[in-house]
Amino acid sequence: MSAPRWLDRMPAWPLYLAVLVAFPLLVYPNEVLFRWTGISIGGQLTYIFIYAILALGLNVVVGYTGILHLGIAAFFGIGAYVTGILTVPAYPFGVGFVAALVLSTGAAALAGILLGAPTLRLRGDYVAIVTLGFGEVTRFTLRNLEEITAGTRGLNPVPPPQLPAFLEPPLRLLGITPDWSLDYRLFYFLALGLLLVVIWLLHNLEDSRLGRAWMAIREDELAAACMGINASRVKLSAFALGCGLAGMAGCLYATVLASTAGPDAFDFNRSVLMLCCIILGGLGSLRGTLLGVLLLIGFDNVVAPVLDGFIQASGISSGDNRFLTFSNWKLMIFGLALILMMRFRPEGLLPSRQIEAEMHTPQPLTEETA
Amino acid sequence: MFPVLLAAAEAPDAWQTFLQYTLIGLSNGALFALVALGYTMVYGIIELINFAHGEVFMLGSFLALALIGVMGLEEAALWQRWLGIGLLFVVVPIFCGALNVGIDLAVYKPLRDAPKLAPLVSAIGVSFVLMNVGLLWGGAADRHFPDLVSRENLLGSEAALSFTYKDLMIVAVTVPIMIALSVFVKGTRLGKAMRATAQDPLAAKLMGINADRVISVTFAIGGALAGAAAVIYGLYINTVSYQMGFTNGLYAFTAAVLGGIGNIPGAVLGGLVIGLARAFGSGYVGERWTSALVFVILIAILVFRPAGLLGTHAREKV
Repeated sequence: MSAPRWLDRMPAWPLYLAVLVAFPLLVYPNEVLFRWTGISIGGQLTYIFIYAILALGLNVVVGYTGILHLGIAAFFGIGAYVTGILTVPAYPFGVGFVAALVLSTGAAALAGILLGAPTLRLRGDYVAIVTLGFGEVTRFTLRNLEEITAGTRGLNPVPPPQLPAFLEPPLRLLGITPDWSLDYRLFYFLALGLLLVVIWLLHNLEDSRLGRAWMAIREDELAAACMGINASRVKLSAFALGCGLAGMAGCLYATVLASTAGPDAFDFNRSVLMLCCIILGGLGSLRGTLLGVLLLIGFDNVVAPVLDGFIQASGISSGDNRFLTFSNWKLMIFGLALILMMRFRPEGLLPSRQIEAEMHTPQPLTEETA
Repeated sequence: MFPVLLAAAEAPDAWQTFLQYTLIGLSNGALFALVALGYTMVYGIIELINFAHGEVFMLGSFLALALIGVMGLEEAALWQRWLGIGLLFVVVPIFCGALNVGIDLAVYKPLRDAPKLAPLVSAIGVSFVLMNVGLLWGGAADRHFPDLVSRENLLGSEAALSFTYKDLMIVAVTVPIMIALSVFVKGTRLGKAMRATAQDPLAAKLMGINADRVISVTFAIGGALAGAAAVIYGLYINTVSYQMGFTNGLYAFTAAVLGGIGNIPGAVLGGLVIGLARAFGSGYVGERWTSALVFVILIAILVFRPAGLLGTHAREKV
């Protein structure tokens, strides 16, 4: 089974990029949509960009290298909280956005290395459990260390980045108010810009020596090791990069939200949701990951609330009937999507060619798989 | 057991608290062990981490709650109550066992030859669907589960140490179940077929074992144990919610890994260790750190003894 024709015929990426850049600049579309749905699509797109960075990080670990990571939200949280501690007025550090971005990326990558170094040599299933356990430990620690993390309230306010003075005139020319709290489009372009950098980086890595080593390990770790790849080091590098990107996304998240949110924003469900995104889109595929994030996060943040609003407005539900609240069916829809995908299109919507071939080759009858 | 407890009742304070925590830990641990058995048996046979297991457990407790309402057990006379509880221990395990088998046939079975990731992700999907069923069935808030079993202390109301009817219930249900399970696995033909399939599925098939049937039986037993655990959980903890499957499933799974996944006595041992760790953690470190503690133990065990406490170290074959 190859990808359906309409997916092959999708237009090239410059078109999407042009739409994404033009959408907020034209002001009008976003306002019409806002009047219609009560949701700022542009504002939500900012979050979708952030989650795309998170999902791309997860894709490095799960998609490229084949390590099942069930705790990516913990590294997202580490990024957010490092940013919070470094920037919030309650702490004396007060560093700028760029420094916070670099440091939280680094901290998350370091945490990934500390967790990965002793555990990545374990069997695949066990690594999944270790990451899951680490995710929960991180969440409980964030909640319990109230003196440092302010418990369930989270750290705030995280200040917005300092806008360089030379950027102000061109921004005004584009009709953007150079004030982070007044105009969502500053965060929008910041997140989009960082996302593009990440995509560019990963696109180049895919065909690099390191990227090929990751995929070789995914396909067959033993064979890769026999070809002279230092498996543990290569796996660790993927883990560190993936966790680092998650930390970067976390920093951006905290900055846009102006708060680290509570520890429960970084729970297992968040990790699984990101995993669903990359599985739905196509493991190991950049385009697939982006599509998966757009579909699932878009569904979660935009479609579900909009439908809820419509149901409320139409008067079918008086608001207290839980069967008629659309959000109460969300998990069901996610779950069914996962089950049906695995059954009928396990390689995802926009798969990478290798994974597609792999998913449709019957497993050889070895002792491990029989 | 009783003489020891009575002696402890007169022992110095530190000892008393220690024993009390041990008791709580063991009874909670027995509960985790029941759920852990379902994980470990399924993993032993088809190498699948059945993420939906915790949700089967959750739905079992919801069914028990509904049945208590239907039978009107809260207002019933004492003997009717016991009869009703006995009935719960029959109906709920059957329901959970059937549900588990149904999930396997509908979702996992078509994926037997697929790469390992596919059934695992499906299991996460099933767990979401069942959690949503629980949400629609019981609502988002915690629900009170009637306090049908007395909290009266068996050691006398004056005793410093407490061992209630509820604790007794856990022992009275779990110990026979575990004995029956080990007799079944060790002594019957089907149990033998199960062990053979777990050891080497291909060779077992070549010997004429009907692997599909063995797998179904495994899911049925695992589900039934979760059902029994669900009834105990409701009667013991008295609060159920649609999210309880996730947390308790995670503890139980930790227990299974701790004991060496795929290893039946290991799951029981792991459950008891997790129960004790939680009890001592709550008692000596602080309630809010217990969950973190459990997972730290899990990671430590996996790093230093990856095969678990009772598992044999098997190299992944090439």
